[in-house]
Amino acid sequence: MSRGRGRLLEAPPELEARRRKGEAFKWACLATTLVGIVVLVVLLVDVLVDGIGWLDPAFFTEMPSRIPERAGIESALWGTVWLMGLVAVISFPLGVAAAVWLEEYAGRNWIQTVIQTNIANLAGVPSIVYGILGLTVFVRWMGVVTGGRSVLSGALTISLLILPILIIAAQEAIRAVPDSIRQASYGLGATKWQTVRHHVLPNAFPGILTGTILALSRAIGETAPLIMIGALTFIAFVPEGPRDAFTVLPIQIFNWASRPQDEFRHLAAAAIIVLLVLLLSMNALAIYLRNRYEREW
Amino acid sequence: MATINVTAEGTPALEARDLDVHYGTTTHAIKRVSMEIPQNRIVALIGPSGCGKSTLLRCFNRMNDLVPAARVTGEVLFRGENLYDGHVDPVEVRRRIGMVFQKPNPFPKSIRDNVAFGPRLYGTPDDLDEIVERSLRQAALWDEVADRLDESALDLSGGQQQRLCIARALAVTPEILLMDEPASALDPIATAKIEELIQELVHDYTIVIVTHNMQQAARVSDYTAYLYLGELIEYGDTDTIFTAPTEQKTEDYVTGRFG
Repeated sequence: MSRGRGRLLEAPPELEARRRKGEAFKWACLATTLVGIVVLVVLLVDVLVDGIGWLDPAFFTEMPSRIPERAGIESALWGTVWLMGLVAVISFPLGVAAAVWLEEYAGRNWIQTVIQTNIANLAGVPSIVYGILGLTVFVRWMGVVTGGRSVLSGALTISLLILPILIIAAQEAIRAVPDSIRQASYGLGATKWQTVRHHVLPNAFPGILTGTILALSRAIGETAPLIMIGALTFIAFVPEGPRDAFTVLPIQIFNWASRPQDEFRHLAAAAIIVLLVLLLSMNALAIYLRNRYEREW
Repeated sequence: MATINVTAEGTPALEARDLDVHYGTTTHAIKRVSMEIPQNRIVALIGPSGCGKSTLLRCFNRMNDLVPAARVTGEVLFRGENLYDGHVDPVEVRRRIGMVFQKPNPFPKSIRDNVAFGPRLYGTPDDLDEIVERSLRQAALWDEVADRLDESALDLSGGQQQRLCIARALAVTPEILLMDEPASALDPIATAKIEELIQELVHDYTIVIVTHNMQQAARVSDYTAYLYLGELIEYGDTDTIFTAPTEQKTEDYVTGRFG
């Protein structure tokens, strides 16, 4: 025995070295986490400082203008509202129906596998590609119906963009409904439709809703595909129907940010604040709904 | 093995003939099982885990249709009709042959809506409230829930939930009740209540119960079938199966030397 009595459990020097490595790793992790957060906070503070002074009621009720003091976001804000509304109306039923089919009806065969794989791939397609697709299909080919460079064309394009996300979220919500509930329903002599209608959809609904809101909050910041279909124009009116031309907040921000005058930078910052508030409210609503309806099975 | 005929009991409620179940291409879960389920009797299916007793039970109301890889061959006769005939609709089969599952699985709805779900599938009957009350009384749950029918079924205890599931199954007036280990998730007191209830229900229904618990099979059933590796080893009068079985395998199992 090299160690004296009573020293058996004392840390040997080599244990100290091991422990120091652990400590070092912990601090390294903390540092990398902070990098992200610090950058975000700096960005937010910078935007707030730049823009908060320009946020007044008139900002929401003025159209864009060449004179910064008279410029506002009314047309962009309403464009965003129109776009989101139409996207929700178009993508929700399509996404939910696709998810129900894939989960409840398709069965596990090669068709289902092919579709599933493609949905996962589509979720990763760059949004500008959807823009090109939207320009060709909705603006050009279907221009007679959609009104060309209209908010409807934009909504159809963005709907395509978020459909994969929405379908996958809805599928997860449907899969979370325990099989025992389906079995109970079938065991009573319910048909597939009755089971889906009365048990699967109601129980999956909060999850589907959360997924939809999160998908919409991705859509609200999309710029590239909308520039592609021609929403980057001077719009000094609020759309009155789905076939009207439109612009949206991120495009207005892009527009202002790319001007040389300093005042427009402040306008851009103010519009960013509005967009962020919208985005965070949607995410907060999604989190609230998820917590409110979360169920233990 | 030839048909095991336990009955000097007249027309059976159900009769399996040369029933085989395959899962995919590799698993032969039920092997040429033939047996009769007599009217208004309790038949227990026993055997070690994986012996196929739940699979067999699910053949009796075509719940195996819901397992994509399952393939059933052979016949199950119910009132002279083969459940697996082309013209038979599994949805109608399941209304006439009800099922209670291992884990209580009430719908996340009110107690009333749970019981009323089945009858409502066929349009809303005028006497829905009576059906709900009658079913809950039959399941010996009425006295405990009569004044809170609109509360969530998920607030009931496990044993109450299972009796609610029985009431829910009874509300569509099946002729046969299949029970897949209905008490295995319950404590001894709740189990005793379920067993008592089963003995009460057998006056009006034919009952097939899968159980892991041999004492339970011995206590509640009239006939017992012992399955092992998908084969029906022995089927007969419960007392005989437990005291003087013919097959060595059965004796090993019921005396606890195996399984």
